[in-house]
Amino acid sequence: MSARRGRGLQVYTWILVGWLVLPIAVMILFGFNDTTTRQNFVWEGFTLKWYARLFEKPDLTQALVNSLFIAVLSTAVTTVLGTLIGLALGRYRFRGKGLSNVVLFAAISSPELVMGASLLSMFVTLNVPRGIGTVVAAHVMFSIAFVAVTVRARAAGLDPALEEAAADLGATRWETFRLVTLPMIMPGVLAGALLAFALSIDDFVITNFTSGTTVTFPLWVWGSTRTGTPPQVNVMGTLIFAIGVLIAIVNVVAARRRKT
Amino acid sequence: MRSRLTPYLMVLPGGLWLLAFFAVPLVLMVSFSLMTGNIIEGFEQVFRWQNYTEGLELYGDKFVRSLWYGLLATTACLLLAYPAAAWIAFRAGSRKSVYLLLLLLPFFVSFILRTVSWKFVLADNGIVLGTLKGWGVLPDGFHVLGTTFAVIAGLTYNFLPFMVLPIYVALERLDPRVVEAAQDLYASRTQTFLRVVLPLSLPGVFAGVVMTFVPVSADYVNADVLGGPDNVMIGNVIWTEYFVNNDYPTASALSFTMMAILLAGIFLYARALGTEDVLEAAKR
Repeated sequence: MSARRGRGLQVYTWILVGWLVLPIAVMILFGFNDTTTRQNFVWEGFTLKWYARLFEKPDLTQALVNSLFIAVLSTAVTTVLGTLIGLALGRYRFRGKGLSNVVLFAAISSPELVMGASLLSMFVTLNVPRGIGTVVAAHVMFSIAFVAVTVRARAAGLDPALEEAAADLGATRWETFRLVTLPMIMPGVLAGALLAFALSIDDFVITNFTSGTTVTFPLWVWGSTRTGTPPQVNVMGTLIFAIGVLIAIVNVVAARRRKT
Repeated sequence: MRSRLTPYLMVLPGGLWLLAFFAVPLVLMVSFSLMTGNIIEGFEQVFRWQNYTEGLELYGDKFVRSLWYGLLATTACLLLAYPAAAWIAFRAGSRKSVYLLLLLLPFFVSFILRTVSWKFVLADNGIVLGTLKGWGVLPDGFHVLGTTFAVIAGLTYNFLPFMVLPIYVALERLDPRVVEAAQDLYASRTQTFLRVVLPLSLPGVFAGVVMTFVPVSADYVNADVLGGPDNVMIGNVIWTEYFVNNDYPTASALSFTMMAILLAGIFLYARALGTEDVLEAAKR
């Protein structure tokens, strides 16, 4: 590739980034819109009042709280279950390993619609009341595989000699795990947990099928499209976006520091 | 003895969870798809295969439309993502992670909110169309919302990062020495790309296409928020059957048909591409 061609591709990449950022920029901008109508589509002037009145809509606030609660709980459970699977697949040879990998692949690649629909079929058949509990169960189900795959990649690259050395030095199995294995796979575990949290807080389709009358933030936003989405939604979206980007930037900077 | 059991004990809790909330529901859904009855009087297992034939007869066009939209949006994603992923992998140098983060920015906004945000952007009197109409560039009646174009564009936008990531990973792993070797052997730029770079990035393309095509074809949010009555996809039909009509048997039959079509598609596609092991390629 010549330098000139490289520049053409660079311009293209920036145009693509512009397209990707456009709706995000509009979302942020309209959080500052001094709108008077229910439809927040037309720019009417700058205001900060929606930031001050962020929690003015109790049902929207409740939806956000539900989302956070579900995300924290399901991330905690998923991280433990997924890490165990990932570690087993990355560190051990055992019968059924191939099957486990196939199941993980199936769980990652199945359409959410089918997973949500089948869960709904099950809950209806067994007369399980749908609510936060069923949503957490579903979120743990679809994020286990993502955590397991992330941890598996990390665990497979580990040198088994380190664990053997710990054992030779008289460490018990639990001590070896806690003091040697766990610290080494920790970046994978954290990445998996972050992924699980992001998947959970953003999930719409499976939540839609399993939540019954419980409303999460994405469900509330979807419902609001029919009557008009209030600017508070833009503000909450902006804040979530800012926090996410901040975490990502910290990650990128930390990774660079480690390299140099 | 204890150590031989260890991996099984580690897999067990998560495995049971997946059994209870992934495998069993799928089996129940298949069973449901052959039942008859309604939500008030209850359902009965009668192995009514007509649920499938009737579903296909009634909604065959929606299946075709979903797959067609899936094909269009996936192609658009591939064409848009590949050049940018290649530029970042080969040319961005020390700024790789910054550019990658920029391409993944949509992931930091909720999927629903991104789609709703496009509705803001494309609204008839909104920030883009309203302004252009004000300048007289566009006629007053011009609209984008409620058209097929809006739905495809929304799908492409929402699932583009799924295409960027695996292609980038495949290209990033590519040893620059093989490109140099091709050039040393007097391959032209086009030849180097077609015969060295592209084949080596195919596992990434494969993973990207699967990761995009499956969720796009099964989506119902974009058609709902950005589309009109002519853009109803199979996902919308299934949603309506579950939540409006409460016709669980038909909905289950349609869902299962949807999954079977997608699975068959993935395997055919893998064979056509000559990928020896679908799972291996998709894992990478």
